[in-house]
Amino acid sequence: MAKLQVSTTINGEPVEFLCSPGETMLDALRGPLGLTGSKEGCGSGDCGACTITLDGRLVCSCLVLAAEAEGRQIGTIEGMAKGGHLHPLQTKFLEMAALQCGICTPGVLMAARALLERNPDPTEEEVRFWLAGNLCRCTGYDKIVRAVLETAAELREAAQ
Amino acid sequence: MSDLHYLSPRTLDEAIKAFSDAGETARILAGGTDLLVQMRAGTVRPGTIIDIKKIGEMTDIEEAPDGSFVVGAAVSGAVLAEHPRFGAVWPGVLEAVNLIGSTQIQGRASAGGNLCNASPAGDSVPALVAAGATVTVAGPNGRRQLPVEAVPAGPGRTNLARGEIVVGFRFPPRPPGSSDAYLRMIPRTEMDIAVVGCGVSLTLRDGICTAARVALGAVAPTVLLVEAAGKALTGSKLDDAAVDAAAAACRAVCRPIDDKRGTIEYRTKIAGVLLKRAVRIAADRVRGA
Repeated sequence: MAKLQVSTTINGEPVEFLCSPGETMLDALRGPLGLTGSKEGCGSGDCGACTITLDGRLVCSCLVLAAEAEGRQIGTIEGMAKGGHLHPLQTKFLEMAALQCGICTPGVLMAARALLERNPDPTEEEVRFWLAGNLCRCTGYDKIVRAVLETAAELREAAQ
Repeated sequence: MSDLHYLSPRTLDEAIKAFSDAGETARILAGGTDLLVQMRAGTVRPGTIIDIKKIGEMTDIEEAPDGSFVVGAAVSGAVLAEHPRFGAVWPGVLEAVNLIGSTQIQGRASAGGNLCNASPAGDSVPALVAAGATVTVAGPNGRRQLPVEAVPAGPGRTNLARGEIVVGFRFPPRPPGSSDAYLRMIPRTEMDIAVVGCGVSLTLRDGICTAARVALGAVAPTVLLVEAAGKALTGSKLDDAAVDAAAAACRAVCRPIDDKRGTIEYRTKIAGVLLKRAVRIAADRVRGA
């Protein structure tokens, strides 16, 4: 079977790549595109370790076919730090040790950023519900949730 | 997987032709949150995948001047939630659609896919049935409309004819004093499959219920429209006697499975409990509006 040629935009840069018809976006990112920040946890949309944005909306890249990226905007964890400067969420996760093994962290950060873009002042409950699709087997979630709330508070302060 | 084809037609006619030509191993791709999982598990091995999301009608939400809505089959939960009006008119349908999976799943999963996956526990289906929504399907023999409750045939099976594709849902105009609600019972607080789901849609005029539709999920091989429960509510002030009668009607139609999620006895009892709570929520929404 011939490969499909896909023209897409990843983290703001135009990209062309080849994929098989059944290949997932996660496989394309981690394989030919060399963007290994998105992780494969479950491969079935339960764990959120492969979270990316597709036209600005959070999705599990394991449940997107690579061919579907044609003409769309993809955002990955590699696009989160800008010009060598970490995103405030990334800085806060380091400061507050909101990670242990780190496999879930790229997905958690992508999801948390999307939350704060939509809701700069979430309650703890809202953070927990929004991140319910990001499973972490190390932290018990408490440090993650606190780091997200702390980042939100600092961003609000900085915006004043 | 080596002979898999991926097609993304731009018109419905192309999609219908491709779906017919590809034969029995063709699968429609909307959000892919069921299909890609099934492919990975090896339970489905498609020869052709037809991605319908480049067809405008499949991804549009339209409100007509008469107040009816048409929602494309592939509209994701996230997109439906962002619509400025849909959730105000149909809060129960929206909360049901938004209960499907996580934030990430909401970025992709659609009511059309939820219906065609034909799980008895699909969260959006009881709310769609209670809403009196109709489905537009298109196939080699043209278009037809059918009530949502006529689509599921059993677990994993639908009544769609070969070559037919669900195009979208039509929600009827809402009389003043109408609202709806959907509740499901799960053992966790998030990310689980309904043990029982209950959708209620009703209209109140001067405190009297003038129309009501009730639907249950996960208590039978298909989602059930419980006409007797709607009748018990209609004409009443939603007083305890009427709501108890509707709850009894719900329990009476339950034919659930007995499994680790819930016994027959438990699911049957909960069907009545959810009915009472959903009626209360829908009525409060009318009075709050």
